[in-house]
Amino acid sequence: MNNDEIIQNLTQSDYKYGFTTNVDTETFPKGLNEDIIRRLSAIKQEPEFMLEWRLKAYNYWKQMEMPLWAHLKIPPIDYQDIIYYAAPKTVVAHNSLDEIDPELKKTFDKLGIPLEEQKQLSGVAVDAVMDSVSIKTTFKETLANLGIIFCSMSEAIREHPDLIKKYLGSVVPYTDNFFAALNSAVFSDGSFVYIPKGVRCPMELSTYFRINARNTGQFERTLIIADEDSYVSYLEGCTAPIRDENQLHAAVVELIALRNAEIKYSTVQNWYPGDKNGKGGIYNFVTKRGICKEENSKISWTQVETGSAITWKYPSCILKGDHSVGEFYSVAVTNNYQQADTGTKMIHIGKNTRSRIVSKGISAGNSQNSYRGLVKIMKNAENARNFTQCDSMLLSDRCGAHTFPYIEIDNPTAIAEHEATTSRIGEDQIFYCNQRGISTEDAVGLIVNGYAREVLNQLPMEFAVEAQKLLQITLEKSVG
Amino acid sequence: MTTTVFQQLAIDNIKSVFEQQFDDLINEPEWLRQQRKQAFQLFLEAGFPTRKNEAYKYTSLEQHFSGKFTYLSHALCEKINIEEVFNCDVPSLDTHLIILVNGWYYASPNQELLKQTPEGIIFGSLREAIKQHPAIVQQHLKTYFSSLASSLDYINMALMQDGLLVYIPQHAKLDKPIQVINLVVAEEAVQIYPRHLIVSESSNVVQILFCDHSLNASPFLMNGTMDIYLKDFAKVDFYRIQNAHNHSIQITNNHIYQSAHSVFKSVYVTLHGGTVRNNIYVHMNGEYSKNSMYGLWLADKNQHVDYFTHVNHNVPNAESNQFFKGILDDEATGIFSGNIYVDKNAQKTNAYQSNKNLIISQNARVRSKPQLEIYADDVKCSHGSATGKLNDDAMFYLRSRGISHKESCQLLMFAFASDITKEIEIEPLKAEIEGLVDKRLRGELSRCNRCSISCS
Repeated sequence: MNNDEIIQNLTQSDYKYGFTTNVDTETFPKGLNEDIIRRLSAIKQEPEFMLEWRLKAYNYWKQMEMPLWAHLKIPPIDYQDIIYYAAPKTVVAHNSLDEIDPELKKTFDKLGIPLEEQKQLSGVAVDAVMDSVSIKTTFKETLANLGIIFCSMSEAIREHPDLIKKYLGSVVPYTDNFFAALNSAVFSDGSFVYIPKGVRCPMELSTYFRINARNTGQFERTLIIADEDSYVSYLEGCTAPIRDENQLHAAVVELIALRNAEIKYSTVQNWYPGDKNGKGGIYNFVTKRGICKEENSKISWTQVETGSAITWKYPSCILKGDHSVGEFYSVAVTNNYQQADTGTKMIHIGKNTRSRIVSKGISAGNSQNSYRGLVKIMKNAENARNFTQCDSMLLSDRCGAHTFPYIEIDNPTAIAEHEATTSRIGEDQIFYCNQRGISTEDAVGLIVNGYAREVLNQLPMEFAVEAQKLLQITLEKSVG
Repeated sequence: MTTTVFQQLAIDNIKSVFEQQFDDLINEPEWLRQQRKQAFQLFLEAGFPTRKNEAYKYTSLEQHFSGKFTYLSHALCEKINIEEVFNCDVPSLDTHLIILVNGWYYASPNQELLKQTPEGIIFGSLREAIKQHPAIVQQHLKTYFSSLASSLDYINMALMQDGLLVYIPQHAKLDKPIQVINLVVAEEAVQIYPRHLIVSESSNVVQILFCDHSLNASPFLMNGTMDIYLKDFAKVDFYRIQNAHNHSIQITNNHIYQSAHSVFKSVYVTLHGGTVRNNIYVHMNGEYSKNSMYGLWLADKNQHVDYFTHVNHNVPNAESNQFFKGILDDEATGIFSGNIYVDKNAQKTNAYQSNKNLIISQNARVRSKPQLEIYADDVKCSHGSATGKLNDDAMFYLRSRGISHKESCQLLMFAFASDITKEIEIEPLKAEIEGLVDKRLRGELSRCNRCSISCS
């Protein structure tokens, strides 16, 4: 097999999470209007203020147009042709595992999610969200003993309305952008985390998102609040079945870190990317933003983006508190006809704030991969410091790798650095490996993993291994 | 997109100027009239760029075009002898001196408008060249059709007045550099649209130096377009010193077309100027061509300096380098937007881009946008951007040797700037510019060194 074939084989590995589960789902009719939102809110038994908020968001969204500035080719989306709510029918409050629909359980078993508490060894508390509804949250009691709230968003709205009122929409208001407005109007579920003062969350918290039903959009909303002196590490993963049509996923994630708190948010995104001709796949248009609200707080984003037909997201940090820290580590892999326009924003407001951006883009096949990032240092951000590195690797002669950084500095004591390189895997590197008996295929995996290691190292242990494998599978046979 | 009030005013203003002028242009050849018309149509289609356009995100120009400035449909007959009063050309540097006044070619009564050497080198007034050598001009005056041309190019084409033409045929050699002094002297506030064309077919180096100056303090708007064509094996060195007063709005649109094996080098130095926008578009159309661009801006008060570059690599094996530096003081704003585009055919491209900024006051601002757009895999591309203050260690080193704080700052800033000035290959010019930069950094320079006009 010559190099090209190897690359081709590697890049054409099948998507292994593409199965569907036959559970009865309850769905709304297609389309979006006030009635749908009212019905949704009623099903969720939400308090009145939520419904009002949703309607405000909806009315605001109606006046907006979908933005087109990204370096993406997005086919027109008919927002009235989407089902805004789909839920597995059997979902009621689960008290024990036995009550979960066995089909659902099988699904999550297949995905390797430790839903069962017997897998305690893995030490991860999981909230599983299928289509629009949270299925099961594990380890709830253990966490509750520490005062940690880890539950589905719907539950949080019912049971902790004060926290929701105070924080929901405080980082990403519904006026923020087109998709945030849409999400605010129709979000169905998601995860909610509250870490009380002084608590260090003893285990990784995790949400697994799964789109199952056809023609649906998934709109989940995640809110994480780390109170003073607390710490939490949170991981989300996502998969979807193989479908010919595109499905929309427009989530919003808000993080709030108070004094001395630290939030680590990791994503392994593996939505269905479409087939090798670019048919089908998920549109992943997500707004993620965290605020380091008070001094010495820290927010760290790590993302491994391998899936989705189109990825469009910029996990960002607002560094408001003095001495706060924002980090962004990203590996974005695109193959076949995938497109990605992703990066971050670091807004320095407080004094002595620091941010670090490491972005590694890998493009193969006919894909387009863009980094877009903003570093803004405001006038009062004395001694702010930023370092940005964004590298791109090209694995075929038909793909594209682009870098669009924006650096805006209004303070003389700030130091901002940006560097970027674009390259491909050198023939000499492959030759070096071949010479030592490593096949070209393995060599590619090796080199790509080395290239992405700085980011993968940031992931929690269990997922670092998974992400590494994922990277290898996505890229099998991709060296040009 | 909705049109803003200023945007509409700008469009209306340009429209009225164009309509008034067009009938006066009856003496122009038909092809030129047609081109003006076409460009004007293109402008109407494209509209006037605002901050909503990605390329003008940090600079809004529309209010400047909204009618404050008078259009000059003919050269002003200045009574003063400019050459006598104005003495800012580089001493000990022998050049072919060309003076443009308010965008029009200036020649004293006994001077010809267009010079031609026995080897066939032609240089002088573009307007005159349109009469005498229409073929050369017509062939190259097509930039407004280029994929990178913007509304500002269309406006220039529609309203262009006069400017410089340089044509170097194959094997010809220009004996000394050409120096162009671009002066604005009008009593009233004027809008000027100079148009320059430089074509080199010769493998001998052509050196061109542009100095932008103003002779009095009345505000003006300049929107100039320059096309530089480098045919196979051509070599052009281009220098531009921008030193007009701070009530001016200067827009330059520079299009560089490079054929195979050509080498282009440019150094831009912006010392003064209210709002400065330099668009530099490079088309790498020939293999093994090489492009190096350097830029330096020293901005203080309310100056707004915006450098916008776009390098298009359309063919394999070409190389481009961009290195731009800014020092920002007071409330000044410095902007660098660089773009490298590598076409999918342009394998083996080497492209580099770097932007460094020094902020020395509390209220100065920097915007930097170094961008790469790459569609070929076997390339080496990198870009970097760094913004900060003077290095503390370096400062300490100097202070510990008994050098005053002020002097240390000067030294470090001068060192920072010298990365760019050292690229000037004409020795006397380099010395002159380094002197100007030094003076400028000390705040002693509001005008060119030896200029005898005392206007503030």
